[in-house]
Amino acid sequence: MADLTLNGITVEDTFAEAFDVAGTAIIVTNDTPKWAMIAATAMTGFATSVIGCGAEAGIDAELSPEETPDGRPGVRILLFGFEPNGLKEQLLKRVGQCILTCPGTAAYAGVEGPTKIKLGGAIRFFGDGFAIAKRLTDETGKTRRYWRIPVMDGEFLCEDSVRAVDGAVGGGNLLFLGRKHADTLVVAEIAVEAAKAVPGAILPFPGGIVRSGSKVGGRTKGMMASTNDAYCPTLKGRAGSALPPECGVVLEIVIDALTSQGVSDAMRAALHAATAIGAKHGLVAVTAGNYGGNLGRHHYHLRDLLEAPSA
Amino acid sequence: MSTLTLRAEPLERIDLLNVTPLVLSSLTEAEAAKLPVGTGRRGLTLGDVFEIKLDRSDSLTFQGGSSRLDRVGAALSEGTIRVEGDVGQRLGEGMAGGTLSVTGSAGPFAAAGATGGTITIEGDAGESAGGAVYGAKAGLDGATLVIWGHAGDRLGDRMRRGLVLVGTAGALAGSRMIAGTIVAGKLGDNPGYGMRRGTIVAGSYGSLLPTFVETGTPDLVFTRLLARSLRRRGAQHAELLHGALRRYSGDLATLGKGELFVPA
Repeated sequence: MADLTLNGITVEDTFAEAFDVAGTAIIVTNDTPKWAMIAATAMTGFATSVIGCGAEAGIDAELSPEETPDGRPGVRILLFGFEPNGLKEQLLKRVGQCILTCPGTAAYAGVEGPTKIKLGGAIRFFGDGFAIAKRLTDETGKTRRYWRIPVMDGEFLCEDSVRAVDGAVGGGNLLFLGRKHADTLVVAEIAVEAAKAVPGAILPFPGGIVRSGSKVGGRTKGMMASTNDAYCPTLKGRAGSALPPECGVVLEIVIDALTSQGVSDAMRAALHAATAIGAKHGLVAVTAGNYGGNLGRHHYHLRDLLEAPSA
Repeated sequence: MSTLTLRAEPLERIDLLNVTPLVLSSLTEAEAAKLPVGTGRRGLTLGDVFEIKLDRSDSLTFQGGSSRLDRVGAALSEGTIRVEGDVGQRLGEGMAGGTLSVTGSAGPFAAAGATGGTITIEGDAGESAGGAVYGAKAGLDGATLVIWGHAGDRLGDRMRRGLVLVGTAGALAGSRMIAGTIVAGKLGDNPGYGMRRGTIVAGSYGSLLPTFVETGTPDLVFTRLLARSLRRRGAQHAELLHGALRRYSGDLATLGKGELFVPA
């Protein structure tokens, strides 16, 4: 199969394989952007992989006071799980431990969708019977229900329920094959920034980048996943290695989004941003991870992403 | 727009429960004229009391009002009713939706048990506006009641949910309140008597019950949301929430989860 090129960089003619997931969004506000970000950072911690962490989460956007329900600075967080029940469990744990506990913070639903997940209506029990429900009309005329839970700095205000969307997708990815670690990291960082700029998409791994890409199963009995040996540079030259001789490092970005289009847009933006500066930083090639196409319903062919993103 | 023009001051109380745009839209003027509205032995019909002009629209205007016109808009679930003049008791009682407005004043029990829609009284309202009628479990139950002028005593008595915006009100506003929100420029004595939950915001009030305790001047996110919600209705009421607010918690003689906010 002939490889493709973009901005002079080889792009393997393959596809990223991604999965249907349950996804939701919440808006966290605080008196200052700093404390809104502290709460959001805590809530999205240890949420890199749904297999090991129970959820994948990330910060979608920082919001100005004009963009939040209560007129304070805020952050929009996206959270993804295998299915709605698992998502609910993770949402309650993370809001209960990271948002409820953070001084000055309030939490609101951040997306509309068909599946209702009780949030404030569950956390209210922390209020030990002193919590108060209030139903108010927002500026758009929609009636929303909130819980006001007494806490030591005043009240924790939390919307009664949030919504999970249909059509969320997890696992869009790109692999950057580079020569040197520092240079390839720069390429991946630029790709991450481009992908993050797409609304409704997050990159859950540290800094958006994962160095330990995995394959399904392993030689050790019982392992669900193990290192993606075909892309490990220290295993070059063995049968099954997918790396050309000049490749010394591979870094991957993984993308989750509320819609399939979001994954596609984020991958496209990342691909173009990375290849635009790739030659300068020794980028050898870009490829994507898949499992032969049998596990995930969503296939993002790199060939379809070569057209430049719309401005 | 359909119109009902009052022929003269009615000789008895008139019950307009079943006179809504939805009901009239399926009737001819002759059929509508036969609708019984009297409450005495005269057997008064709609045609006896009003000159009727119907166009099958979802908008109905009463031209001319009287304090003897009871239960105006009580069965309203959609559409608009406008009364150019006064109305009697139980305006919009149990109303489920739509828009009901009165340019004059209303008698007692306006919006009692109303579950949806907006009721606007441009003049004054009698006792127990947004309150519970005798024997009822709840007063206002989800609708929005706006009173530009003065409301009598026991405003929002036993109200369960919804919003009341009022210029001024008499004593015992929010008495026995189950939940909901009342925002007033000025209230009389003993607001929130026996309230279990709910929020009262007042520019000022008369005397305060000893079963209300001050909880300081907290800067709560809730008051920001309430101010934003009120801004859609009228800037004057939203401004009450812009400065620092002193909060009282009560009525501690009951559940005690209610609250009264006043400018600090």
